Amino acid sequence: MHYSGLRLLREALTGNRGWKPAWRDPVPRREYDVIIIGGGGHGLATAYYLAKVHGITNVAVVERGPIGLGNTGRNTTIVRSNYLLPQNHNFFEWSLKLWEGLEQDINFNAMVSQRGVLNLFHNEGGRNAAARRGNAMRLDGIDAELLDREQVRAMCPLVDVDNGRFPVMGALLQRRGGTARHDAVAWGFARAADARGVDIIQHCEVLGIDVVDGRVRGVQTSRGPIRANKIGLAVAGNTSRLAQMAGVDVPIESHVLQAFVSEAVKPLVDQVITFGAGHFYVSQSDKGGLVFGGGLDGWNTYAQRGNLPVVDHVWAAGIALIPALSRLRGLRQWGGVMDMSFDGSPIISTTPVAGLYMTAGWCYGGFKATPGSGWCHAWTIANDAPHKLNEAHRLDRFRTGHLLDERGNGPFPWLQ
Amino acid sequence: MTQGFRTQTGGRIDRSQTLAFRFDGRSYAGHPGDTLASALLANGVRLVGRSFKLHRPRGIFSAGAEEPNALAELRGGARREPNTRMTTAELYDGLEAASQNRWPSLRWDLLSLNGLIAPLLSAGFYYKTFMWPAAFWEKVYEPLIRRSAGLGRAAREPDPDRYDAVQAHCDVLVVGSGAAGLAAARVAGAAGARVTLCEQDFALGGGLLSAPAHGAWREATLAALAAMPDVTILPRTTVFGYYDHNVVGAVERVADHLAQPPPHTPRQRYWTIRARSIVLATGAHERLIAFPDNDRPGIMLAGAAETYASRFGVRAGSRALLFANNDAAYASLFALQDAGIAVAGVVDPRTESAGAEAARARGITVWADSQVTGASGGTALVGARVARRGAGGGDTLVVADLLCVSGGHSPAVQLASQGRTPLEWSEALAAHVPGPATLDQHSAGAANGVLGFAEAAADGARAGAAAARAAAADIPLPGAGDAAYGLLPFWEADVPGKAFVDLQDDVTANDIRLAHREGYKHIEHAKRYTTHTMGTDQGKSGGLVGAAVLAAARGERVQDVGLPTFRPFTSPVTWGAIAGPHIGQQFAPTRLTALYDWHVRRGAEFMDAGQWLRPAFYPIPADADAWASVLREARAVRKTVGICDVSTLGKIDVQGADSAAFLDRLYTNTFSTLPVGRARYGLMLREDGIVFDDGTTSRLATDHFFVTTTTANAGPVMAHMEFHLQTCWPELDVQLASVSDQWAGMSIAGPKARATIGKIVQDLDLSDAAFPFMAVGDGSVRGCPVRVLRISFSGEQAYEIMTPAGYAETVWTAVLEAGEEYAITPYGLEALGLLRIEKGHVAGSELNGQTTAADLGLGRMVKKRGDFVGRALSQRPGLTDPDRPVLVGIRPATRHDRLRAGAHLVTPGSTESLGWITSVTRAVELEGWIGLAMLRGGAARQGSRMQAAFPMLDETVEVEITSPHFVDAENLRVRG
Amino acid sequence: MIRIACPFCGLRDETEFAYRGDATVSRPPADAPIEDFHDYVYRRANPRGWHVEWWHHAGGCRQFLKVVRHTMTHAVHSVGLASSTQVVPPE
Repeated sequence: MHYSGLRLLREALTGNRGWKPAWRDPVPRREYDVIIIGGGGHGLATAYYLAKVHGITNVAVVERGPIGLGNTGRNTTIVRSNYLLPQNHNFFEWSLKLWEGLEQDINFNAMVSQRGVLNLFHNEGGRNAAARRGNAMRLDGIDAELLDREQVRAMCPLVDVDNGRFPVMGALLQRRGGTARHDAVAWGFARAADARGVDIIQHCEVLGIDVVDGRVRGVQTSRGPIRANKIGLAVAGNTSRLAQMAGVDVPIESHVLQAFVSEAVKPLVDQVITFGAGHFYVSQSDKGGLVFGGGLDGWNTYAQRGNLPVVDHVWAAGIALIPALSRLRGLRQWGGVMDMSFDGSPIISTTPVAGLYMTAGWCYGGFKATPGSGWCHAWTIANDAPHKLNEAHRLDRFRTGHLLDERGNGPFPWLQ
Repeated sequence: MTQGFRTQTGGRIDRSQTLAFRFDGRSYAGHPGDTLASALLANGVRLVGRSFKLHRPRGIFSAGAEEPNALAELRGGARREPNTRMTTAELYDGLEAASQNRWPSLRWDLLSLNGLIAPLLSAGFYYKTFMWPAAFWEKVYEPLIRRSAGLGRAAREPDPDRYDAVQAHCDVLVVGSGAAGLAAARVAGAAGARVTLCEQDFALGGGLLSAPAHGAWREATLAALAAMPDVTILPRTTVFGYYDHNVVGAVERVADHLAQPPPHTPRQRYWTIRARSIVLATGAHERLIAFPDNDRPGIMLAGAAETYASRFGVRAGSRALLFANNDAAYASLFALQDAGIAVAGVVDPRTESAGAEAARARGITVWADSQVTGASGGTALVGARVARRGAGGGDTLVVADLLCVSGGHSPAVQLASQGRTPLEWSEALAAHVPGPATLDQHSAGAANGVLGFAEAAADGARAGAAAARAAAADIPLPGAGDAAYGLLPFWEADVPGKAFVDLQDDVTANDIRLAHREGYKHIEHAKRYTTHTMGTDQGKSGGLVGAAVLAAARGERVQDVGLPTFRPFTSPVTWGAIAGPHIGQQFAPTRLTALYDWHVRRGAEFMDAGQWLRPAFYPIPADADAWASVLREARAVRKTVGICDVSTLGKIDVQGADSAAFLDRLYTNTFSTLPVGRARYGLMLREDGIVFDDGTTSRLATDHFFVTTTTANAGPVMAHMEFHLQTCWPELDVQLASVSDQWAGMSIAGPKARATIGKIVQDLDLSDAAFPFMAVGDGSVRGCPVRVLRISFSGEQAYEIMTPAGYAETVWTAVLEAGEEYAITPYGLEALGLLRIEKGHVAGSELNGQTTAADLGLGRMVKKRGDFVGRALSQRPGLTDPDRPVLVGIRPATRHDRLRAGAHLVTPGSTESLGWITSVTRAVELEGWIGLAMLRGGAARQGSRMQAAFPMLDETVEVEITSPHFVDAENLRVRG
Repeated sequence: MIRIACPFCGLRDETEFAYRGDATVSRPPADAPIEDFHDYVYRRANPRGWHVEWWHHAGGCRQFLKVVRHTMTHAVHSVGLASSTQVVPPE
C-alpha cells in the first residue's frame, strides 16, 4: 500500500477503513538466512538494506518487546555528521545522505528536518577545536561553517550570547544537520523491510545463541529455536549480554542517558543548539515541545531512568544558555540505556565467532547513525567483511590500539 | 460583569473581597479562594480555549491538575507563562490571562476549519504524506505544521524572577492532604516521626474542601498537625517525581498567587526531599466517557462540577445532566442540585443502582441502561442526545448547558509507579491500584483504591503508622458516609461520531482503532501513533479510556493491554525552578587566584581558563590593540624580565617512604633518581598509553615531593594518584595532599630574572652554581616563606616562586619593586602562550587526550625499564605506528600571512588532511606568525612546504614545516 | 538519587562522589602480557544485576569505596574500603 496525499484523501472519503497494517505479524519460521537480533532502528534498517541492497530477503528481525521502543523511541532525534575523525565523519555523512533520501526510499515520512545544528564554543580552545573539526569535514566534502558571535546572535536571538558565565564566542554550524521523527524511523523501516519479505517478529526474546565449532547456528528464543548461519546484533545497551551468549566480550558498558521534553509552545527554537560550556542541547519538535538533554548520569545501569543531579545540571545549563526558557514547563523525563564504548566511537564489525556480526557501541549518537549503521551492518553481514566506511570501526581495535577517541576522554565509558 | 453564576452562600471563597482580573482583554471579578477557572465560570465564561489539532472550542473540563482544555497564557511580557492550567492558577487581583492557539480570536478561530477536513487529519496522517517534493518539507510543510502546532507562546525575554532550592530530609513524607494524607501525617507525627506533608493545592484538604460535612474533622486535624513541631506542611507544593533511594523532587509555588514575587522572595522553590518512608495519598482522577462531541464547552467531570459548587460557590451551568456509571457521581449531582442548579436528569448505563434510586427520591429523572449518544452546541453546550443502550430506538434530546461526566475513578498511581511499585487491576474500580511496594512506600486512600472519606482516613492512619514504624495511633476519623460505588465498566458509547479519548491532542476512539488497524497494536505504539496521553495533562482523565478502546479492538481485557510507563513528571514543572540559582554568572563557580585584586587594580583583561579567571594581558594606553599588549609583554620577557601569575597550576604534596617508587610508577620518567633539591619535568600517561598530563615535580626531601600539574588536570591528576595508591598499590607508604589553593605561584622569566629576585630572596643562594637550572629550594621574601623552582617553559632564564596564598601579594609586590630597574612587566596568559609556542613546549591543544609521548616528541622521556601506568598499552601497534602525526613547527612562507589554529595541512591540489595546526601566535623572536602542528611524517617533512587549508574561510596559506623549537632549542638561555 | 553510606562520612548523595567503574578488575603485574592490560582496561562483564564498582568520595574523605549496587534497581547492597574483602554481591 503506497502512502501519498492522494491515498490519504481516498481513505478519508471512505472512513479511513481501508488502511492495512504497516507490517505483518508473522509466525517465526524454523530457519532464516540471517537473523537480526533487536527490532530498533538499527536492526530494522539492517534488515531493510539486506533486502534492498543485497537481495537477502529471507531475514528475521527478532525483538523482545514491540519494535522501536528502546533507544529508537527514547532519543532526542538529532541527525548530523559533524565529527572530527575522518573515519567517523565519513561514516556519519553517508548516514546523513541516506537520511536525505529516506522518505522517498521507504515511502514513510520520517520528517527529516535539516534545520541546522550549532555547536557553540566559548573560548579560544573551543574555537580551535571547532575549526579543526569543521575544516576536516569540509576537506571531505561535508558542509560546515564557522560562525562568530554576531552570527550566532542573529541566528539564535534567544541565546544569551553576552551575559552568561561563559559568553558565546561562536559556533560550528552544520546546516544539513537537524532532526527526524524518531518513531517514524522504526515504523518506516519496519514497513519497508516487511514489504520486501523480511519477517518482523515482536515479543520474541533471545535466550541463547547457538555456536558450534566457532560458528553461529541459530538462536534459542522465547518462541522456540530459530536456525540461521548469520546473526547480526543490534541491541544497544544489551550488547554485552547478548554477545556473552555467544562467548564474545565486547568493550562496552551500559549507562543511562536522560532526555526531557517541555510542554508544547509556538515556534521558539529553530535549530538544534548545543551548549559548549555545559552538558546541554535543545531543539523543538514539530509538535512544539522543546526536546533537550545533557550528559550521562555516569554509572552502569540497565534501568531506563535517571536521577535528579543530572536533571538539575541539564536544566540549569538550559537557562544559562537560553534564559527565556525559564517559565516553560518540563513535561516528561525519561532515560535510555546507552551502549557506551571505550573510545566513544561505534563498533560495526565481524566478531571472533564466524557468522556473528554486530552494530554496537553507539554511545549517545545512535539515532543519527540509524540508516548508515543498518547499511554498513548489512554490508558486513552480506560480505562477511566490513565496507570501507566501517573498516575502522572494528571490534579488535582496542587490542591493536587503533582507537577512535573522538574527544580524547580515554577508556572511561562514563566520560565518553 | 457580574458573577452571575456565583452562589449566595457556601464554599471557601471570601465574598467580602473582590479581585479584578482580565481574560482575553475583558474585565471580570472574583474572590480570594478562587482559581482562574472558578472565577471565569462564576462570570459565565464557558469558552476558554481551542484544541491542539482541530481547534475545536473547549471549556473548563476539570477542577485540578488533570485539566486538558483550559490552558491560558498567564501574565505578560517577560513573565508570560504559556499553557497555564486555569484550574490550578490561583486568582489574584490584577491577574491577566489570554486564551491561546487561536487566530484571530477565541470565538472566530480560522484554523477551526481543520474540523472540515478532520477525516484527512486522522491519526498519523503526517507519516503518509508531505513527502513530495522532498525539498518542500523544510520550506513549506514543516513551517506550516510548526506554526499551527504548539499551544501557547513562551516569553522571549529572560525571566525576571528568582528561584530557590532546598535540600530536605524527613522520616515520613506524605504526598497529598486529603483525608488519607492528613490522617497519615497525624499518626506519623504523633509517633514522633519528622514529617513533611506536600499538597499541590493552595488549600489543604483535597476532596474534603468540597465536603462541608467533614469540615470540622479537617479543621481539627490541621490544628493537631500545626501543634506538632516536627511536622512541616508545604501547601502549593507539587511532588513531580519519585526517584531512586526514596528521594522525591517537589516544587513549591511560593509567589505564583501574587502578581509578582515580593522583594527577596523566590517565585518558586525546588525541594529535593530524602525520605525514609513515603506515604502516597494522591487521590484519584475521575475518568471521561467517550461519546460523540464529548468535548463541547459545558461538558465537565462530575466531581469538578461538584468542586465548583461546593468549594468555590460557583454554578458551572444552569441546567445539569449527569452521565455516569457509578454511584459516587450521583453525590456530585446532588451537591449541584443543593447549590441551586436545575437538574435535567441522569443517564446511567447501568440497569439499576443505589444512585438511581436516591436520584429518583430527589425527583430526578434517570435514564437507566442508557447512554449519551451525542452533544449539541458549538461554543457552548445546548443539550445532549440520550438513547437506550443497544436498542435501535431513537434519541431523546435533553436540554442542558452542563453535562457532568463520570466514567469512574482511577487512583493516582503515577508516583507509586515511578517508585517501582507494581500495579494491579481492581475489578471494583476497573482501574489500576498499587500492589505491594518495593521501596519503603505506602499508598493510602483513593490512591490506594480506597474510596469514601472515612475509609480513606482509616487507610491513611494505617499507612502513617506503617511509615513511622509505630502502632496505629488512635486518632479521630471522619464519620462514615454512603460507601456505595457500584461501578459498571463503561468506556465508550457505541455510536459513531467524534468521541474523544484525549481532549487536548484531539485523539478520538476512532484514531485508536485506526492505529490498531494499521498494526500499532501495542499500547505504547498506539500512544505514539495517535499522541494519546502525550499532552500536558498526560491523559489523567482519558488514558485508561483509550486503553479500553484499544483493548476492545484487540479483543482483550483492559488490564491485559497494560499502560504506558508512568514517567516523571506527574505534573509539568517550571524549568527555571529546577535550574534554580545556578544560571547566568552563577552557572559555574568562578575561581580567583590570590593575586586577583592586584590584577584588577592593574587593569588586566581577564579570560576564562576552565573555572579560573586569569589575566589575558594588561593593556596600557600606548597599546594600539590587544596584540600590542601581548607582544609588548612577551618582548619584555625576551629582553629583560616579566612576571606572571601561575597560581592556578595544580599542586600535590607527596610524602612517605615510598613516594619516589610511587611517582616512578605513575610517570613515564624516573623520580627515584632525582636528587633532593632538584626538579624534573614529568610526563604521565593514562593506562591506555595516551598522554594524560605533564608538570614539574620537585624533591624536597628523600621522602617528600612537590608535584605540579596543568591547571586543567589539577583535580583529575589528584584522583588518578589516589586511585592507584588506594586500589592498586595500597602497600606503599605514601600520603597525598592537594595543595593547589594553599600555594600561590608566580613565574619570573627573562634574562634579568635572577638579577631581579636575587635582590629579595633570602635564605637561599640563587647563584647559578648553587642554584642551577632545575634547582629547587626554600627561602623567604620579606619574611614570607617561599619555595623557589628554577624552571622555564619560555626558553628564558626563569624561576617560579611559590608562597602560601596569603603572602602572594606581598611577595609579588616585592618582585615588582626589585624588577623596577629592569622595567619588569607583568604578563598574562596570552604572552605566556606566545612564549611557550616559540619554545615549542606542548600545552592543552597538544595534550588533548589523543596524543602519545612520541607524537609530542617526548619519546625520550619514556623509560625503558620498570613498569608505569600506560606502559603496556602504549606498545600497541596503533600507538606506535610511525605514520602517526607528530609535533612540528610551522611558519607562513610569506611572512605576513596569518596562521590559524584548526587549519589542516595538505599538499597542493589534495584534500587529504595530513595534519592540523594546534596552536598559533604572532612571534616576538621571529617575524610574523608561527605555530605548532601535528603532522604525519612530520620529522621527514621539516624544511619542506605545505599548504595550511582553512576551507571554512576559503583560505589557504603556504607554510614551511620547521622544528617546533623556535627559540633556545639547545636550552642555553634557560641554563644561563 | 543514589545514596551511599560512606564508612567514614555516613550516608551521602551521589553528587559527593565520582564514579570510577568496575571494581572487579585489578591491575596486572608488571611482567604480565599486554593482553592482560587490555582486559584490565577494556574487558567488562557489564552485568545486569549486582555490580561491584568504585566510587571516589571526592567531596568527602577522598577514599575510593567499593560499592555493590544493582544495575536495575540501583539499590546499594554494601559499601566498604578499597581493601575490604567483605564487599561482595549477595548470593
